[in-house]
Amino acid sequence: MNMMPSLYTRRRITNAVGLTVSLLAMAFGLFWLIWILWTLLVHGLPALAPVVFSEMTPPPGSAGGLLNAIVGSLMMSVVGVMIGTPIGILAGTYLAEFGQRGWLAPVTRFINDVLLSAPSIVIGLFVYEVYVVHVKHFSGWAGALALAIIVIPIVIRTTENMLRLVPSTLREAAAALGAPQWKIVNFVTLRAARAGIITGVMLAIARISGETAPLLFTALNNQFWSSDMDQPMANLPVVIFQFAMSPYEDWQNLAWAGALLITLSVLTLNILARVLFRQSATSH
Amino acid sequence: MNAQMNAENIANPKVVVKDLSFYYGKDRALKDINLNIAEKMVTAFIGPSGCGKSTLLRTFNRMYQLYPKQKATGEIILDGANILDPRQDLNMLRAKIGMVFQKPTPFPMSIYDNIAFGVKLYQNLGKNEMDERVEWALKKAALWTEVKDKLKQSGTGLSGGQQQRLCIARAIAVKPQVLLLDEPTSALDPISTAHIEKLIDELKEDFTIVIVTHNMQQAARVSDYTAYMYLGDLIEFGDTSTVFTNPKRKETEDYITGRFG
Repeated sequence: MNMMPSLYTRRRITNAVGLTVSLLAMAFGLFWLIWILWTLLVHGLPALAPVVFSEMTPPPGSAGGLLNAIVGSLMMSVVGVMIGTPIGILAGTYLAEFGQRGWLAPVTRFINDVLLSAPSIVIGLFVYEVYVVHVKHFSGWAGALALAIIVIPIVIRTTENMLRLVPSTLREAAAALGAPQWKIVNFVTLRAARAGIITGVMLAIARISGETAPLLFTALNNQFWSSDMDQPMANLPVVIFQFAMSPYEDWQNLAWAGALLITLSVLTLNILARVLFRQSATSH
Repeated sequence: MNAQMNAENIANPKVVVKDLSFYYGKDRALKDINLNIAEKMVTAFIGPSGCGKSTLLRTFNRMYQLYPKQKATGEIILDGANILDPRQDLNMLRAKIGMVFQKPTPFPMSIYDNIAFGVKLYQNLGKNEMDERVEWALKKAALWTEVKDKLKQSGTGLSGGQQQRLCIARAIAVKPQVLLLDEPTSALDPISTAHIEKLIDELKEDFTIVIVTHNMQQAARVSDYTAYMYLGDLIEFGDTSTVFTNPKRKETEDYITGRFG
């Protein structure tokens, strides 16, 4: 076929303009991200001494670390994920596999979308109102509960999406053997979607590990060592918030160290999630 | 009405289709199909895309029941009972009628478990018996020598042709009476296709086989009876050599000689 030269030139110019604009937009986005990471590394790395992992949060003016906050964050995240993940996976499975007929699934999906985009401070206030007010004190349980409420919609959404990616012919093949639906779901589709669902859980962990607002109203903070989930509990985000706002330089340095720790763990989780998902995508 | 007359010529039918119509919502995809499927023979459904051949095949194991808006009317008689009767137990029906799909559909589990999955639904076999059954099915599907040393490996790691034979092995491991093949070779290379065609020839000693195919040479090679369908109608049905060498209907002749479709 003979293409008109002017038409071809115009397409080449359009292509060049489009590509340039896209590259500029990408550079603009990356610029801030790299700046944030750079600032974090510059301030955080020098502060990231071994004592950070071995000492409690100190009073101003004395040496100390973040051990109680790291442990508190880990404990509340683990409990939050342990509450949120099974609920999320079960609900997501319902939406993808059982909810074709009727009104329940569409309504649930809509509410879940609302929950997914609910500001985390609202979730913190909610748990404060329904739990903290009644037991009359802040606690690790309340914090974990608030985190679980953030985990649930994320896991529901990814579970449903991953199950929908499983080709319907796989379901048909299992049904054609005479397998009842619960077996098809348990042994075939959930297995096929397993890596994607785990990825979703990891992304949910990454999301909650930096949440401050829901913990401010629930776990609050604790300057001392405490592994009692029924007591106010130290946690990295609130410690960062408190220390970074303080006028004391050693507190500010610890805040930088904590911020770097959270960022690095979120980064690691994201990379792990990607690697895992890619491995499963190539094995199919 | 040649189709109906020919259909009644089959002496000992395994499956009898009577006045079968099928609806996707309000669209009628099959129109009063009457057809007999001969026992331990290969029956091929051919016709252009959208003619209803796959739809017809999927009524035999009520696959359409997975989807809310699909419905069939009429009768399909297997062993004296109407398959379409809502009281017919779906799982027992699917134990008797196995199916293999266009794209290979290995489950995300080991080769061994892929085959044991279906068997476990109906039988409680001990380990030795299950081992024997898996070996039997893989041998029947001409896959045993290729996978016997890696039964614990994932079924998804096999090549396309091997995966499809795994699916055939999985279907026959349940020991069904009828085997439905929905374009089983259209996603495969010529060598794998030849493998599977040879296999179909061997399998008809034990199973009644119904195959849907886009490939007319394949229908001519593997089948004993051929049904030509067009726009939801069964145009012609008869033994394969007659349909291909001396079709009664002009539409059939146009299609098989490549003037149409």
